[in-house]
Amino acid sequence: MTNGWIDIKNTDMMLIMGGNPAENHPCGFKWAMEAKRNRNAKLISVDPRFTRTSATADLFVQIRAGTDIAFLGGLIRYAIENNRYAKEYLVNYTNAAFIVKEGFKLPEDGLYSGFNSGSGTYDKTTWNYQEGGDFSGKTDAPATPTHAAAAAASSAGAASGHAPEPAPGKPAGPAPPPVLPPNVAYDLTLQHPRCVFQLMKQQYSRYTPEAVERITGIPKEQYLKAIELFTSVRKDGDMKKVATIIYAVGWTQHTFGTQIIRTAAMIQLLLGNVGRAGGGVNALRGHSNIQGATDMAGLYDSLPGYLKAPVPDDVDLPTYLKRVTPTASKPTPWDSMNYYQNTPKFFVSLLKSMYGDAATKENGFAFEYLPKIDRDYSWTHIWEDMYNGKVKGMMAFGMNGVMIGPDTTKNINALKKADWLVVGEIYPDETSEFWRAPGISTDEQKKINTTVYRLPCAGFAEKDGSMTNSARWVTWKYAAVPPPGQARLDQDIIAQIFLRVRDLYKKDGGQFPDPILNLSWAYADAAHPPLTQVAMELNGRALAELTDPVTKQVIKAGQQLPGFAWLKDDGTTMCGNWIYSGMWTEAGSQIQRRGTEDPSGMGVFPNWAWSWPANRRVLYNRASCNPAGKPWDPDRKQIWWNEAAGKWVGNDVPDFKPDSNPKDHLGPFIMNPEGVGRLFAPIGVLADGPFPEHYEPIESPTKNLLHPDQSNNPLVKKFKSPYDKFGDPAEYSIVCTTYRLTEQYHYWTKNNPMNVQLIPEPFVEIPVELADEKGIRGTDMIHVISARGTYTAKAFVTRRLKPMMIDGKKVYQIGLPIHQGFRGIDEDEGRNARTPANLLTPAVTDPNAHTPESKGFLVKVEKA
Amino acid sequence: MQTSRRDFFKVAAVGGVAATIFGFDLKPAYAQLKELKIARAAETRSTCPYCAVGCGVLIYTIGDKAKNVTPQVIHVEGDPDHPTNRGTLCPKGSSLEQDMLNPRRLTKPQVRRPGATDWQDISWDTALNEIAQWTKKTRDASFVEKDANGRTVNRCEGISFIGGCTDTNEFNYLVVKAMRSLGLVYLENQARV
Repeated sequence: MTNGWIDIKNTDMMLIMGGNPAENHPCGFKWAMEAKRNRNAKLISVDPRFTRTSATADLFVQIRAGTDIAFLGGLIRYAIENNRYAKEYLVNYTNAAFIVKEGFKLPEDGLYSGFNSGSGTYDKTTWNYQEGGDFSGKTDAPATPTHAAAAAASSAGAASGHAPEPAPGKPAGPAPPPVLPPNVAYDLTLQHPRCVFQLMKQQYSRYTPEAVERITGIPKEQYLKAIELFTSVRKDGDMKKVATIIYAVGWTQHTFGTQIIRTAAMIQLLLGNVGRAGGGVNALRGHSNIQGATDMAGLYDSLPGYLKAPVPDDVDLPTYLKRVTPTASKPTPWDSMNYYQNTPKFFVSLLKSMYGDAATKENGFAFEYLPKIDRDYSWTHIWEDMYNGKVKGMMAFGMNGVMIGPDTTKNINALKKADWLVVGEIYPDETSEFWRAPGISTDEQKKINTTVYRLPCAGFAEKDGSMTNSARWVTWKYAAVPPPGQARLDQDIIAQIFLRVRDLYKKDGGQFPDPILNLSWAYADAAHPPLTQVAMELNGRALAELTDPVTKQVIKAGQQLPGFAWLKDDGTTMCGNWIYSGMWTEAGSQIQRRGTEDPSGMGVFPNWAWSWPANRRVLYNRASCNPAGKPWDPDRKQIWWNEAAGKWVGNDVPDFKPDSNPKDHLGPFIMNPEGVGRLFAPIGVLADGPFPEHYEPIESPTKNLLHPDQSNNPLVKKFKSPYDKFGDPAEYSIVCTTYRLTEQYHYWTKNNPMNVQLIPEPFVEIPVELADEKGIRGTDMIHVISARGTYTAKAFVTRRLKPMMIDGKKVYQIGLPIHQGFRGIDEDEGRNARTPANLLTPAVTDPNAHTPESKGFLVKVEKA
Repeated sequence: MQTSRRDFFKVAAVGGVAATIFGFDLKPAYAQLKELKIARAAETRSTCPYCAVGCGVLIYTIGDKAKNVTPQVIHVEGDPDHPTNRGTLCPKGSSLEQDMLNPRRLTKPQVRRPGATDWQDISWDTALNEIAQWTKKTRDASFVEKDANGRTVNRCEGISFIGGCTDTNEFNYLVVKAMRSLGLVYLENQARV
């Protein structure tokens, strides 16, 4: 979340889409109700299904799963056409005025400029800003002389919608990645035909209410009512009111998920809602520490604190740092903090915390110890590569890969081919028992050669440590009881496996043992690392005496750092995760604080726990003020410029250079090299286009009505295993979506008698009309069949899902919860069909976030 | 900690307005019952392990004051001081006591050998040794020091680690430290899916 749970109470308008917090985050959703009660805020719920969030909404809009970009793109069009946007914010805090390179082409045919149909990738040369100065009021910005040839070549290629052909006789070597120009051409009047604002306007001019109706199935009148209501906060450009957008995995689980979220971010920038109390773009994350686990980078392509994983071309540390450290790119008269210019400090401090004394200046701080990635190693590739015999061993801790899917059957068949599997869990789960999944006979089990270790781990109450919630609050918890029986703490198990591996390498040698032998594991008890000590390592400490050049403050060697501003790139500091620096300082643990005071009354609670970064509760809060430094809404003051003191002050920690005078025009989006928010995402920040475009889900009941010849995201790749099958809409005509229930949590609570009593068995919600057509009555057992598998459960006939008209054709949507599998209280007693929901879902992913498309796939329904 | 907790109930009792509906005040009686249940209990502050609202929960245990006595969970409730949930819990959070005192919990290491049709018990020591040997064997067999273009990549391509997202930051960081040092690239967690 850019903001936080409690901050929702400050809003005037909520668009909740791709999420259902009333059921999935009930104790956080109370703040949405508080906004309704105390501020008369309005709530718009857009969902394929009428949920309990919808039941509290002022307006419910039923949408076809997977058409969110069409809905949001039409909203952008409406806001621009009706002067419902934040002009001053737009010009000063976003890249609306930046001029884009000649040759950049919008995807009227579904493809941006630079697409290479052979490789299925984009050449992003034209997805960039024009170099130059102030072109306000002028009709054209000349191509930069030094880049003129390249610009001409790319515009020639763009005319045909394809990348330029390589010159004959020369091998087509990889083009150097485009870089942002330091001085961007701009037009503050937003009139230049190639300025971002005009391009955005043109991009979404195709998203008329009529087109949106045909694509999404939302009747035009209802759609207009919804977007009129949402944009009413910016009626005639008035800045006082504020709106929030709230989402969850209903937005991420698509082959264009990242672009849906970007569309939301663009709307919030266009309307001037980012950085403001009650505003922002707010992801309601689904697991207690999914934020923290992301921050810690248990993901193939990142390192702690969102540092990029190195690639083979990063031949040494300086090469890597040059690639990943951005340089400012902005209009000349403006300032840009470009905070990621500090990347070398964060990265070297991470290497020092990983490899200690073995990381020296001479060896590039042991940069070569880190594995270099050269392709997609993400979730679905693990199972694909295990199925193909490449991945031989797996450790799964608290992660039920068989249930999570997508394509449970494929994952089970992949595990059959592995040599070994280690499962750390607290309950018997489907992944550890894949070898006796329903349908696998005893004879077949005897042919499965995978060795499986199932290790009893510790439950939440048995472990201390910190967790980070959706609001970025890092909170310490304490252990209440020891683990039962022989169960051990998860961190101890990891430590003990690692130490034994290290002993083997010490004893026997082996492939490149250096990183294993030199990993810094200097915990008080190596086999039982105290998490307080690990938390202190995450915060970072000085390895030599440090002196602040301005304040002359001295930090002695060995002392905890006050925050990431102290990090150095010369090996004199160590820090496990720079964004967590400040959480455990010399003043003590900030994440154990329990201060209940809220002086501003805006739900900031600055002394309760600690929030990354630097205890800021609302990100980008400089944007809560106008360019002169005065709050847009004097009734919701967050931070403001104090001219007398010459600094930013207020109720939150400024997310900004504290002494930057507004007249210097330092951009509020300090993490972007531009200093401003990106309506246009340049040079492949996203792989599939600088603006979001509506694509159909891989399995869809209709062709893409904007460009039938390019229905899907052109960058989506399909695997070729026998399990990767896709349904033809002629046979599989029903759109299916999955979800959670309030009473169950993923795949754990099916072991709790109370939760099982509340939701005893799985079900499938189907519309009354579909039930009538098929002769299905409530509680009849039915099969839901996709190209990949058959799910069996009782029918729950409902009016919460209504048939929709998609381009004149009737389309049904059904929905099913994900919780039940083949191990659990009821499963073990044979009270349900033991078919996991993700038997149905396809292993196709978003090219940016690599998240599978678990929402909006095709099925058919039969009576069992 | 316990003093402030009692103060909370006192305030709640004094502040009760529903009392007169019944003609007598039930609040002190309820408060007293609560007091009795948790009077000699230790209070531990924790965080709900389910969704990412991060509700504060209070876990009450008895028996942990004496040496060699395992504490017993007797009560779990929402933390009234927590600014986000203000003492409330959802149906999942309300069943946390059952999550802690659950006969289905795994309590011993087990192994399923190749071709076996059931689990067998295994000691921790044997299990950890075997896992370490598998790890080394697979790593050594699948390690790629240089790619086809001669660039150093130092990758272990034969092992994958997948993690859930209900464990602590510190656990996740230790995983990243250990697994990246083994050269793992197939390192993924729940945040992806």
